Amino acid sequence: MATKVVMEALSPTMEEGRLVKWTKAVGETVKSGETLAEVETDKAVMELVARGDGQLLQQVVTEGATVPVGDVVAYIGAPGESVATATAASAQPPAVSPQPAAISHPPAAASGAATPVAVADATRVKASPLARRIARETGVDLKLLQGSGPGGRVVRKDLEGAAAPVPRPTSPVPQLPSPVPSLLVADSGAPFEDVPLTQIRKTIAKRLATSLGPVPHFFLTSEVDMERAAEAREALNRQLGDEGKISFNDIILKAVALALTKHRACNAWWQDDHIRYWNEVHLGMAVAVEDGLITPVLRHADRRPLSDIGALARELAQRARERRLKPEEYTGATFSVSNLGMLDIEQFTAVINPPEAGIVAVGAIVPKPVVQDGQVTVRRRVRLTMSCDHRVIDGATGATFLKTLKQMLENPLAMLL
Amino acid sequence: MANQFDVIVLGGGPAGYECAIRAAQLGLATAVVEREKLGGVCVNIGCIPTKALLHSAYIAHLLSVAAEFGVEAGPVKTDYGVAMKRSRKVADQNSRGVEFLMKKHKIAVFKGTGILQPGRKVKVGSDLLEAKKAVVIATGSRVKGIPQIGLEINKTTVISSDEALLLEQAPASLAIIGAGAVGMEFADIFNAFGVPVTLIEALPRILPLEDADASAELAKSYKKRGITVIAGAKVTKATVAKDTVTLDVEVGGAKQQVETAAVLMAAGRGVNTENIGLKECGIQLSDRGFIKVDRTLQTTAAGYYAIGDVAGPPMLAHKGSREGVVVAELIAGQKPHPIKYDNVPSVTYCHPEVASIGLTEDQCKDQKLDYVVGKFPYSASGRARGTGETEGFVKILREKKYGEILGAHIVGSHASEVIHELAVARENEYTVEEVELAIHAHPTMSEAVVEAALDSLGRVMNI
Repeated sequence: MATKVVMEALSPTMEEGRLVKWTKAVGETVKSGETLAEVETDKAVMELVARGDGQLLQQVVTEGATVPVGDVVAYIGAPGESVATATAASAQPPAVSPQPAAISHPPAAASGAATPVAVADATRVKASPLARRIARETGVDLKLLQGSGPGGRVVRKDLEGAAAPVPRPTSPVPQLPSPVPSLLVADSGAPFEDVPLTQIRKTIAKRLATSLGPVPHFFLTSEVDMERAAEAREALNRQLGDEGKISFNDIILKAVALALTKHRACNAWWQDDHIRYWNEVHLGMAVAVEDGLITPVLRHADRRPLSDIGALARELAQRARERRLKPEEYTGATFSVSNLGMLDIEQFTAVINPPEAGIVAVGAIVPKPVVQDGQVTVRRRVRLTMSCDHRVIDGATGATFLKTLKQMLENPLAMLL
Repeated sequence: MANQFDVIVLGGGPAGYECAIRAAQLGLATAVVEREKLGGVCVNIGCIPTKALLHSAYIAHLLSVAAEFGVEAGPVKTDYGVAMKRSRKVADQNSRGVEFLMKKHKIAVFKGTGILQPGRKVKVGSDLLEAKKAVVIATGSRVKGIPQIGLEINKTTVISSDEALLLEQAPASLAIIGAGAVGMEFADIFNAFGVPVTLIEALPRILPLEDADASAELAKSYKKRGITVIAGAKVTKATVAKDTVTLDVEVGGAKQQVETAAVLMAAGRGVNTENIGLKECGIQLSDRGFIKVDRTLQTTAAGYYAIGDVAGPPMLAHKGSREGVVVAELIAGQKPHPIKYDNVPSVTYCHPEVASIGLTEDQCKDQKLDYVVGKFPYSASGRARGTGETEGFVKILREKKYGEILGAHIVGSHASEVIHELAVARENEYTVEEVELAIHAHPTMSEAVVEAALDSLGRVMNI
């Protein structure tokens, strides 16, 4: 009997996926766990693997087509098996057109009617019928809710208060900040060009609407003297020699992580009916990728040596650009940092990634005339702007955090305190 | 130390013994203290023996109509004493069953009155038991008279259900004060045993906690069977003589007298909170006299829990049992699913039976809920016609927008069984659509549930 292969939800927010490339051809033997195809999700290019053994009987979807999660993309069955459902499916235009949602009666075929084996629906969310109905009619995405019923089932209570147009993210949902300027669109000379939204662009659009709108932002800016940090960096890099280089960004990431350990009030998630203060620091780091951005997470950033932060940050950024991050590598940040210094932006405000309560936007380090001991001298300075969710962080709370951060950067030895 | 346990449960009724079993299942060393018989009021002088007597009543009723069904049974003679003895046998069997369960789960049973002491200790006679983890209070409740109007229970002419269950013969006539579940059930029983019954209820209708439609259906049915129903009645005075009682009753300003051989007090129960050492342990009572508990059923003294009737209404065995299980799991460090107190079914086993869950229509109105009524009468049910039990209906209150089952009310044969599909539905937040989608066997009483669901959607089929 043929088994349906469906488009699976490869990331928590994925609703549809673009089939980039088939890695198994029709007729090839397939084992459970083997990669069938590469799929572009809203976040990354990921692998769709087989859930059963057999032969790839049919590819329902052509390369490049976008398929809603849960739709059939292929059939696996016994070698040489001719599948009624497969035949029926091939009659359908490939690509976006969804298969009939529920085939309770397989299409009658000349040969023995093959019943499609039920495959666990990847989109299935545990929810009570009443919760489903309320969610459907109020436009709440059940996938974003944490169920309080048996086995994590979403029940009506969980929807109370969520029935607003804004879903309540109570689970670590990947977020995308907006600081990176929009993409370059190829200029064809026409007055305008309509470009279909990529998966990542759709997610960015959706996520951002849940941030700046509902999250009450306020912003704090502080200019930090980076001379001593620069000295420390040069000394460290001299000592490291060929073993690697420490960047200003690494130092800032480390300082933010350490400052957060001293200001738990800023290392927190807004959870609608409560605030979750994190005792661990997982630092999100906005990375611009080809057609969007993503925030890989430096786990336990406060506990990592500087050299380690640098190496990890570069490795994550590299894989982010190759879109090879695993979901757990871009979810669960407790606070984020965004840096546009390399693009000569001196100062900007970043959009908070809910449920996080803050993000620090790092500008370019530029030499500036400053008054020191009554003399005008030139110092390297950087502007840090912290966006705060006022529901979690008050003005003074954010300001004292920023002050600690400033002290650490202006006197890197303070990081040892 | 032989007298040290993890958990000591004070009271072996349905709340206490189920708590003990669950605790034992979870590996806790458990003891139960019971001053009377295991199984408590429910098993010995409540739920179980009354169901036995109600079945006797049902048989008497069936025989009275047997001729219509082509069965000639001759003149029907009833003997309450025989029925009573059978009901005792059933109760005793059940109590012994609980004893066996205690043994099976290696639960120590201490016979005697337990008195709580500080430090999670319980004194039973000369034994001092100590609980390492928790003491669970499940002392239950008892019948209460109304001494204010001269109706103190004297166990001869003024009796409670305790005495009614042990009568060797039925009284010459009976007035029942209180038309809740207990009053309704005894009215049914004694009526079937040929006793002229007067049912007196202070509130405006019998079964005052049920949906008004259910009350009306039962009032109609009881009148038809010759039970005198006086609702909205105030008993102003009671004159108790040697073998008669005269009740002065006031209904809407009009006064009347009820002469009766016996009065059955079926109004109100009092919780057993006296002389068990609550105060000494710092365990406080609520304004209404129940033991004050928090959301985990812990009392105001750490390590002391209260379950069942003493912990508050509804005073129902199945509510107490669930509390017992939940408390045992909490004590064992588990995270049990919280009890949905708005989803405790309520059943009165009179004929026709009355069963309900959730809100009544009046409550829906009071809460200004937007609801639709779906109703299906048993007179339109093929199964009910077959058995000649066409009284009653299924009524579902459906929330208009999302189809939530706000409440369900069933009057009719086997209502006590049929209600549970709606309990399951509500517990799992099924809407009327899911209930209707499940194929129901034909012909059954349960089909009326489907029809009521359909009726609430405006597409009833068989009416």
